[in-house]
Amino acid sequence: MTSPLLEVEGLTKRYGGVVAVDRCSFAVPEGSITALVGPNGSGKTTAFNVITGYAGLDAGRIRFAGSLVRRPDPTRLARRGLARTFQQARIFSDLTLIENMAAGVQQPWHAWSRRSVRTNDRTKALTLLEEFGLLGLAEERAGALSFGQKKLLEFAMVLMGEPRLVLLDEPTAGVNPVLVEQIDQRVRDLNASGLTFLVVEHNMNLVMRLCDPVVVLDHGTKLAEGPPAIVREDPRVLDAYLGG
Amino acid sequence: MHQIVQAIILGVLVGGVYALMASGLTLVFGVMKVINVAQGALVIFAAYLSYALFTDLHIDPFLSILIVTPAMFVLGVAVQFTFVRSLRGPDATELSLLVMWALALGIEGVLSVIFKTTYRISSPSYADNSWTVLGYRISEVRFFAFVASAVLLLLLSFVLTRTRFGRAVRAIVQNPTAATLLGVDSDRTQMLSFGLGVSLAAAAGAVYGVIYPFNPGSHYDLISRLLTIVVLGGLGSIGGAIFAAVGMGVIEALVTVEISPVWASFSFFVILIAFLLVRPQGIFGVRERTL
Amino acid sequence: MSRATAVGLARGGAFTAAAVAFPFVFPAAWIVNIGVLTLMYAALATAWNLFSGYTGYISLGQAAFFGLGAYALAITFEHVGAGSGYNPFYALPLVGAGIALASVPIAWVALRTRHMTFAIVTLTLLFITQQLAFNLRSLTHGSTGLMLPIPHFPISSYDRPFYFAMLAILLVGLALCWLILRSKLGLMLFAIRADEEKARGLGIRVTGAKLVAWSLMAWLTAMVGGVWAYYLTFIYPESSIDPLVTIGAILMTFLGGRGTLWGPTVGALVLVPAQQYMITTLGASQFYLVGYAAVFMVVLLVLPRGILPSLRSAVDAQRERQRIGRDPVVREKAAA
Repeated sequence: MTSPLLEVEGLTKRYGGVVAVDRCSFAVPEGSITALVGPNGSGKTTAFNVITGYAGLDAGRIRFAGSLVRRPDPTRLARRGLARTFQQARIFSDLTLIENMAAGVQQPWHAWSRRSVRTNDRTKALTLLEEFGLLGLAEERAGALSFGQKKLLEFAMVLMGEPRLVLLDEPTAGVNPVLVEQIDQRVRDLNASGLTFLVVEHNMNLVMRLCDPVVVLDHGTKLAEGPPAIVREDPRVLDAYLGG
Repeated sequence: MHQIVQAIILGVLVGGVYALMASGLTLVFGVMKVINVAQGALVIFAAYLSYALFTDLHIDPFLSILIVTPAMFVLGVAVQFTFVRSLRGPDATELSLLVMWALALGIEGVLSVIFKTTYRISSPSYADNSWTVLGYRISEVRFFAFVASAVLLLLLSFVLTRTRFGRAVRAIVQNPTAATLLGVDSDRTQMLSFGLGVSLAAAAGAVYGVIYPFNPGSHYDLISRLLTIVVLGGLGSIGGAIFAAVGMGVIEALVTVEISPVWASFSFFVILIAFLLVRPQGIFGVRERTL
Repeated sequence: MSRATAVGLARGGAFTAAAVAFPFVFPAAWIVNIGVLTLMYAALATAWNLFSGYTGYISLGQAAFFGLGAYALAITFEHVGAGSGYNPFYALPLVGAGIALASVPIAWVALRTRHMTFAIVTLTLLFITQQLAFNLRSLTHGSTGLMLPIPHFPISSYDRPFYFAMLAILLVGLALCWLILRSKLGLMLFAIRADEEKARGLGIRVTGAKLVAWSLMAWLTAMVGGVWAYYLTFIYPESSIDPLVTIGAILMTFLGGRGTLWGPTVGALVLVPAQQYMITTLGASQFYLVGYAAVFMVVLLVLPRGILPSLRSAVDAQRERQRIGRDPVVREKAAA
């Protein structure tokens, strides 16, 4: 039984009077591709934001790689190996793809004076860009990319930091089926070499064939957690999606 | 103790006038995300207008509010239409800051040419009168200025909560995209809001000119105070601006009395920095979240 | 060495050579004086660009550092003595560093706020610094001002040492900008400018990077202020801590092109002589201020990206047009 890389206990987040995430608890086993699903408004994205430090934590505990994360902060988490992508594909528009990639490399203080794109950064970046099919655009301005290409770039960028856990926020939203396949394949390949994923997704077909375990949220709390085949048959899950 | 209460009274009276100026500034920011750094210059402009009306036509400064305010509303709308509206693109906010500063310089220059740099002050007959209430001295002009400000702020509150225009303004402040989708004419509302913000400054300017001596360069001192007030209150929050303005008035008055007049505005700045340390978004501001 | 580096060094070398030769080719005092002011604003604008152009945080308080540098040097003369002749120039880097370091805590607080608030806080910083200059009378003599000892430079070339001092600071500033542009720090700053929250999420130490850029800006600006004080030998609060100095630096950077290396210098080369001309012809009346405001307005509304980026776009567009013009399909259609 692999120990969980990420453990969330009693996570709560309130916005004014609305409880977006309500005592939510789940675990992401190391080496897995865990899915976080649920109908609209179930709190998936909020949970993501809280875990990665983009929204405040009202109550609950987060454990990453065995140690407690006291006040989640995006920078500290990234340096510890927890990276995330955004639904809207946030990249640096004014910089070239190579520069975007180079920005993702973790730097110690004394490295600030070194050249912005060093040879090994460049090699690594080009390799990743090739794997993502973006090699030909390496010197282009990132702002000129299509939405799908930006999503791929963003995914590639976080890999530059050699994370242990990648949180993908709706990686296939707004993306054509060919790209969905590409992303599916990339996740599988990276997972095979040891990278753990937590994926928020609406595309249930993708989730069912790619992810295990699947965590289902509804109204901010966990409804079910387990292998896709089991979760799919769970009456409460069916109710949440189809009922109401 | 007597001194302290006297200082607090004075601080509240002064704060009221600044609240009027600051509310216009923060309103414009809320609607357009533009900091009108020319607000101080517009106040001074109104002060000069009111002064001219008083010295040449013997119109009481408080009455001149009725003339100056609508006139500067039109000016505000014109400024927004000519300069601010054309600013688009990713740098619009920064450019607007600088464009407004250029406007302030232009106003200062024009006023210097017309009125020269001698200090002026409108001195109606009652300028030095004061009442003594419960042993505390209350200057008549400051009191009237406070009342005028309070009345206008109540009017503003009425406009914002009870009129269609006000609802449009609040909609845009909360969510510009949703507001437009719901049929709010964003361009027109922004234009009118800017005019409103300027007219509030104008009214305040008319009364400011009775209390303080001013010259074209006075707008720097004013705008520095106004900016500090709106930041402390929270950019976009009118309630915050009022609270912070009165707070500033009281704190500065207390420092003047207890320590020295020379350190009054410095102490307010220290409070601002200390506050921002704990709460970068100001008292009633919203934490900027880009998700 | 890459081609870009070679070109960059060549440009820098050419500029330095021309700048060094200038006061010898045009030795008239009034011309060198304009040169001093041009280089002064070029250095100020370059420093402003280093922080605000690269991080995207508009700082309106630069004049505060200018004044702090001026007063720091004057006060050092008064209480400690900074030597005479050329020696004060050598004291400047230390003085500037002290000011820059002292400003870091305030910058740290200010940089935690959103961009607009930051701009306002820096502006307030400017006014408060002026207040302090007025109020701390025992240190600054308040509105009476402070005098600095007049250096015994030869009358015939009196302005020259100051010219070269300003040039030295400008060159240091340009070198720093150039190094940053090519370094990881520069990459971090541009990432911050493009999307700060995203940069945070990538593990970029956002606060540290901003503070480094800020400190460098403060250091350069304070040194410029010191040279200026020594040049005038008499300073007082309104002239040393003058919002128009900030505005000038910002305007020149915008005119030349924010975020570029040479933009601020280009802006200064265009505007300072023009500004001096305006002062001499219109200065007596306050028309000067109106004229200044008008120029400012025009630059912001007509050329918001500045000269250099616009030129580059125009050149790229021209090349594109030529390329299309040579395209056989297009030619065929045109002939038909």
